[in-house]
Amino acid sequence: MKSGIFVFDGTWEGMLTAVFDAFSMKIQPQELVRIGAQLPIFADTIHEVQTDSGHAGRVWKGLTAKLQSEALAALTASFLSELEEMDMPIFRYIVKVFISQSGIERDFTDPDMLSVFSTARKVRGEKHRVLQFMRFQKAADGTYFGIMEPLYNVMPLTVAHFADRFADQKFILYDKRRGFGYYYDGDRPVEITMPENLSHISTGKLDSDIMDSDERLFQQMWKTYFKAIAIKERMNPRKQRQDMPVRFWKYLVEKQD
Amino acid sequence: MTEQTLEKLRILAESAKYDVSCSSSGTVRRNSGGGVGNTVGGVGICHSFADDGRCISLLKVMLTNVCMYDCAYCINRRSNDIPRATLSVTELVELTMEFYRRNYIEGLFLSSGVVRNPDYTMERLVRVAKDLRTIHRFNGYIHLKSIPGASRELVSEAGRYADRMSVNIEIPNEQSLKYLAPEKDFESVYRPMGYIRQGVLESAEDRRKYRKAPRFVPAGQSTQMIVGASPERDRDILRLSSALYGTPTMRRVYYSGYVAVNTYDTRLPMLKQPPLVREHRLYQADWLLRFYNFKVDEIVDDSYPDLDLELDPKTGWALRHPELFPVDVNRADYEMILRIPGIGVKSAMLIINARRFRRLTSDHLRRMGVVMKRARYFITCGELQSACVADVSPEYVRRQLTAPSQRHLRKGAVHPDQLTLDFGS
Repeated sequence: MKSGIFVFDGTWEGMLTAVFDAFSMKIQPQELVRIGAQLPIFADTIHEVQTDSGHAGRVWKGLTAKLQSEALAALTASFLSELEEMDMPIFRYIVKVFISQSGIERDFTDPDMLSVFSTARKVRGEKHRVLQFMRFQKAADGTYFGIMEPLYNVMPLTVAHFADRFADQKFILYDKRRGFGYYYDGDRPVEITMPENLSHISTGKLDSDIMDSDERLFQQMWKTYFKAIAIKERMNPRKQRQDMPVRFWKYLVEKQD
Repeated sequence: MTEQTLEKLRILAESAKYDVSCSSSGTVRRNSGGGVGNTVGGVGICHSFADDGRCISLLKVMLTNVCMYDCAYCINRRSNDIPRATLSVTELVELTMEFYRRNYIEGLFLSSGVVRNPDYTMERLVRVAKDLRTIHRFNGYIHLKSIPGASRELVSEAGRYADRMSVNIEIPNEQSLKYLAPEKDFESVYRPMGYIRQGVLESAEDRRKYRKAPRFVPAGQSTQMIVGASPERDRDILRLSSALYGTPTMRRVYYSGYVAVNTYDTRLPMLKQPPLVREHRLYQADWLLRFYNFKVDEIVDDSYPDLDLELDPKTGWALRHPELFPVDVNRADYEMILRIPGIGVKSAMLIINARRFRRLTSDHLRRMGVVMKRARYFITCGELQSACVADVSPEYVRRQLTAPSQRHLRKGAVHPDQLTLDFGS
C-alpha cells in the first residue's frame, strides 16, 4: 500500500467513506486530518475524502456483519468523544476489523482496540453523568427545561432514556456547548437549536416571568433536603467533588445559593 | 404544598439520614401506558452527592419521626427531645412526583417511626406506594421499609408496589440488640424478612405459570448493620452478612459506622468520630463476598477476627497466603486472576480476553488499568521477575504497601486513610 494523508469532513459518514477510499484506492493513510485543520508541512499525497452516504453505508453494513453489537456501540460511542486524536485509532480499528479474523476487537493488547474501548468507556461515563445531573425547571407553559455542557457529544445517547422516563411531560434537553438539543412534545423528540442570546440559554435559568409558579418552592425544597440529608460528622468534600465534579455545579439547583 | 411542608421535609430528612441504603438498582422497568418513570437496572442512578460524599439517589425520608420505641442507638427514640413532624400521604406523594419530574431523584425510600402499632404504621407506608403506582402511574423506584411486627397481609400488599423492601438488623448480635433495644429481638427482624422472601419466591413460581402474574419486590431485600455501637468483631458481622447472602432474596447488606447521636446513653461507646475506615473495610470485604467469590472464612476467622485497617482485605488475604503466588496472568483461570491484589473485575475481564491474542507483558497490564503498585508482588508474566511475595516476605510487602506515599507526605493535608472509594450504589 502507498501512504498519504486523508482529509475528511469530521463526520461519521466521512470517516466510513475514508475507510472505503482506503480500500478502493489501496492507500493506507499515515494521517487523517479534518477539513480546516493544519496540514503537516511534509504532506505529499493528499486525498480529499468526498463523503458519500452510499459508500459509507456499505462500510457500515460490513461492520455490522463482522462486529457484535457491543463492539459496534463502543466504536460509535468513541467517535462521539469528538476527540481529533481518536480519528486515527478509530480508522485503524475499522480497517483491522476488515482485514483480520473475527474477535480482533477483544485484543486489548492492540493500542487501537484498547483506546477505542477506553474512550467509549469515558463517553458512556459522560452519558451517565447527564442522566445523573440533568435538572429540569418547569416553565409556565408546562415544559420542563434542562440544560448542560457535557464534555462529549452525548445528548443523542440520552434522549431515549428521558423520552421513556418522562413520556407524559414536554421537555427540552439542551447541550449549550454544542448549541443544539432536543424538544420532546409528548410524542417524539425532535432536534432543535435555540438562539444563544435567550437568557435561559446564556444563564441556564428560566426567567421568573416564564417560570411555573411552584418552581421556586420545589427548588427550595430540594435545596433544603440536600442540606438536611448530609451527616455533619462525616463531611467529605473530596469525595463529593470526585463523584460530582465541579464542572457540573453550574446547573445544579442544590449547588446554587 | 407550603413553607410548612418544607420545614417538615427538613425534619424528616434529618431523621432518615442515618439509614445508609441508597441504591436504585436491581429492577429494569420501562415506562408503560403513558405513565411517568422507569427504572434502569444495572447500577442505578445517583442524582447528587451530599456534603458528606454519600450518594442521593432516592428521596430518603420518614413519614413520621414520632416513635414509640426507645432504641439506644436511634436519633428518633421516644426519649429524645427533638422536633417531631408527620407528612400526610398526599404531601409525600406530591413531593415525590415533583422531585422526580425534575430529575432530582430515582424514586422514594420511605421509612417511618412506629406510631400506635406496627400495622397502623405499615398501612400508611403502603398507602403512599399504592397511590404513587395506581393514581399517579409512577414507574420509578420505590424502596419501602418493612416495619418490624407488621402483619403478613400488609407486607404482601407492600411487596406488590415496592421494588425493594428492607428490614434493618441494626445490631449484629441478638444479646447486644436486646441490650440496646429492649423492645426488639432477632425474631422481630427475621419474621418480616421471611414474609418478603416467601412473597418473592411465590411470585417467581406464579410467573413461571402465568407470564403476566404480578412481580413482588423485584429488586429483592436489603438490610443494615450499625458498626461500632456494640462489641461485635468484624468476623461476627461478616459471618452474618455471608449467611444472609446465602438466603435467596437478600441483595445488599449495608454497614453504617455508628454516629454518636445519643451521647448521654451510657450503654453506648463514646466515639469522637464514626469508625469510617472500619466501615470502608467492611464494604470491601462485602464486595469480595459478592463479586470475587471469596468465602467469609478466607477474609476473617478466629485467628483474624478483625479486618486490617491499613490494608484492603484482598491484599490481607494474599499476604496470609504467599504460597499461592506468583500467579501467571497468561495462564491462571479467571477466578484466580480476580484474587490478585490490584486487579478488579474490569481488568480481569480485559486480561482473559486479550491474552488469547498474545502473551501479556507488564506494560499491557498497566495500560489495561491494573494497579501495578500492588499487583507486582503477586504476578508473573514471563518477564524479569520483580520481588514476589513468596521470595521476599509478606512483612516486607506489607511495609511497602502501607508506607505513606511521597505524594501524601508532600501534600500533608490529606490523610492516607481518607476514604475515596464508593460504598455502594
